[in-house]
Amino acid sequence: MNWEFIIKYLPLNRKAAWLTLRLGLLGIALSTLIGLFCAAVRYYRIPVLHPLVRVYIEISRNTPLLIQLFFIYYGLPKIGIPTDPASCGVAGLSFLGGSYMAEAFRSGLESVEAIQTESAYALGMSRFQTLRFIILPQAAAVSVPAFMANVIFLLKETSVFSAVSLMDLMFTAKDLIGLYYKTTERLFLLVAFYLVILLPVSLLGTVLERRLRYAGSGT
Amino acid sequence: MPDLGLEVLLKGKNLVRLLGGLWTALRISLLSVAISLPVGVVLGVLMTRNNRFVKALLRLYLEFIRIMPQMVLLFIVYFGSTRAFGWDVSGETASVVVFTLWGAAEMSDLVRGALTSIPRHQYESAEALGMSRLQTSIFIIIPQTVRRLIPLSINLVTRMIKTTSLILMIGVVEVLKVSQQIIEANRMSSPNAAFGVYLSVFLLYFLACWPISLLAGRLEKKWS
Repeated sequence: MNWEFIIKYLPLNRKAAWLTLRLGLLGIALSTLIGLFCAAVRYYRIPVLHPLVRVYIEISRNTPLLIQLFFIYYGLPKIGIPTDPASCGVAGLSFLGGSYMAEAFRSGLESVEAIQTESAYALGMSRFQTLRFIILPQAAAVSVPAFMANVIFLLKETSVFSAVSLMDLMFTAKDLIGLYYKTTERLFLLVAFYLVILLPVSLLGTVLERRLRYAGSGT
Repeated sequence: MPDLGLEVLLKGKNLVRLLGGLWTALRISLLSVAISLPVGVVLGVLMTRNNRFVKALLRLYLEFIRIMPQMVLLFIVYFGSTRAFGWDVSGETASVVVFTLWGAAEMSDLVRGALTSIPRHQYESAEALGMSRLQTSIFIIIPQTVRRLIPLSINLVTRMIKTTSLILMIGVVEVLKVSQQIIEANRMSSPNAAFGVYLSVFLLYFLACWPISLLAGRLEKKWS
C-alpha cells in the first residue's frame, strides 16, 4: 500500500465524494416529494391521476437506473430536450427514487387499519386531526425503516452517475486506475469513501427503527 | 413527427444483436440467481443458529456486501483481485462472482427474516402435539417459510436483472454496449438513433422485469 499516493489523491476524492453526496441528497429530496405526492394520490384514490401514478411506478421500478440515465442523457437531446450531466443524474435518480419512496409511504399508510380512522371520527376528530395524530404516527413506524433503506439504496445508485461522465467517486477511481495502475490504493480509497458516506446513514436507520418500534406494539 | 431514429433497429441484424446483448445480461443474472439462491438459504439458516462466531462472520459479510454499491464490488473483483493475485478474470466471470456474492447475501437475509418471523407458538404447538423436531421442520416451519420467501426471492430476480446492467462498466458486451455500437455505426445515416435505440433498451428491460414483478406481487397477495 502506497500511502503517499493515497494522501496525494485525497482532495480529488473529497471533491468527488462531495459531488456524489450533493447530487444524491438533491435526488433523494426530490424523490421524497414525488413519493409523497404519489402515495397521497394512491391512498386517496384521486381519479385520473391514480392510474397514471401506477403506470409511472411500474415503469420506474422495473427498469435499471443506468438505462434511464442513458435514455435521458443520450436519447432525449435527439428530440430536442437538452440535458447536462448533473441535471440528468438528479432527474434519473428522482425518477427512480420517486416510485420507491411512493411504495414506502403507501405501505405505511395502508398498514393503518380502517378501524383507526373510523374510531377517530367517532371521537369527533377532524380529518386533519385524524391524519396528524392517528394515521401518520402509526404509518411512520412502517414507512421510516423503508424510507431509510431507500436513502441508502439511492446513495448507492449514485455510483452509476459515472456513466454520464459525472466526476463522482467511481469515475475518479476508473480514471486513476487507468492513469497510474495503483489499483489497490485506488480501490481502498473508493471503499473507504463509500463507507464514510453510507455507514452513518445505515446506523441512523437502525437507531430510528428501534425508536419507532413502540408504535407497532398494538398489532 | 420528428425523426426518432427507430428505423435503425430494422436495418440488418440490429434487432437480433440487441436481443443477443440483452440475453448476455439475462444469462449472467440467471446464472447468479441459480447459484446464490441455494447458498443464500444455507447462510440464512446458519444465521438463525446460536453460534456467535458464525453469526458475527456472516453479519460482517452481509453488511459489507449490502453497504457497498454493486459497482464498487465489480471494480474490486475485476480490477482489484486481478491486480492483487495476478490472475486473469474475464468481465463475465467477475460479474457472476459479484452477483453471486451479492445475491447470496441478500437471499440469506430474506431467509433469516422469514425464519425469525414465524411466531414461537408454532414451534411450541408442534411440540405439544408430540411432533419431533424433524416433523416440526417439514410440516410446520418450512411450508410457512417458503410461502413468505417465494415472492421475496422472485423480487430478488428482478433486482438482479436490473443490477446486471452495470456490467457494461467492466467491459462486458451486453445490450448497452451493442446499442453504442449500433448507434456509432449508423451515425451518418440516422443521427437520431440514440433516441430510438435507448428507448428500445428501456422497453426491453421493462418487458423482462415487469412480468416477474407482477408474478411476485400476485403470489404475495395470494399467500398473505
